[in-house]
Amino acid sequence: MFKTIILSAFGAGLVVAVALSAVQAVTTEPLLFHAETFENAEPAVAAAAPHEHATGEAHTHDAAPAAAEAAAPAHEHDADEWGPSDGFERSAYTFLANLLMGVGVSAILLGLMSIRGGSINARTGVLWGVAGFFAAGLLPSLGLTPELPGTPAAALEARQIWWLSTVAASAIGIALIVFAESVLLKIAGLVIGVLPHVIGAPVPPSLEAAYPAVMAAEFTSASLVVTALLWALSGICAGWLYQRLSRSA
Amino acid sequence: MTQFSKTATSATVIAAGQAQTGARMIPALVAVAFGIFLFVGTGFAAPSMVHNATHDTRHALGLPCH
Repeated sequence: MFKTIILSAFGAGLVVAVALSAVQAVTTEPLLFHAETFENAEPAVAAAAPHEHATGEAHTHDAAPAAAEAAAPAHEHDADEWGPSDGFERSAYTFLANLLMGVGVSAILLGLMSIRGGSINARTGVLWGVAGFFAAGLLPSLGLTPELPGTPAAALEARQIWWLSTVAASAIGIALIVFAESVLLKIAGLVIGVLPHVIGAPVPPSLEAAYPAVMAAEFTSASLVVTALLWALSGICAGWLYQRLSRSA
Repeated sequence: MTQFSKTATSATVIAAGQAQTGARMIPALVAVAFGIFLFVGTGFAAPSMVHNATHDTRHALGLPCH
């Protein structure tokens, strides 16, 4: 069974990686590149922040500190660090990352479906995939909105911990609501699912960003569509492949 | 079929069912762990090389990045 799960996960991951990379190329990628042009232009703005005039009176302008504050904690690249160069190399690494994500999500879904028992096929797969999107896409996005480079944000570790905890709580909550027989347990599931949002996500230090506000809105929608595609398509493909492979085994 | 053998048969069926559940659980749990390892490794690993290589995917999937 393990071999069937892993084979199905890799097969599904490959399909997902192709689809995801294609959709990203026309949705999230252009927005990321566009945001980076604002981000890379920021040091000039930041350098201009506090200064002195000939009168000797030191002061800061209103707009500049806001922009500098927004820029400083958000995104810093060290010139010495390796990174894929723009163009084919960057796209290739993104494809590879999408592949790993597709295989990972497919393995998670097939593993959970096997633990639960019952039939595994494209139809049940898509249901689990959509539930996965709620737990690891839609619900955490309520506290930590998908962000463009250059978005002011709280410390990375705090956000990662909140994000992963919210996914775990949402998954447990959804599982209890869907599978528990007693109403009390279903209510407990709802409470567990809501809890991370009551606690609240780490708050960004500022709300100012260098890029136009509409870009952030566009990116949020694009990101949620891409995430939904990752989970739903993984569920469909992994379920379908698992059914085919376990029938022929 | 005697009452005894009926009981024995159903006990065997239950035991076989439990063994199947056990045999199903372990590879399923390993698969989930493997999947989470890939997801967290790709989406959350700290080394800057990994971050830079997976940067666009992390942003596209709304994961905390930077």
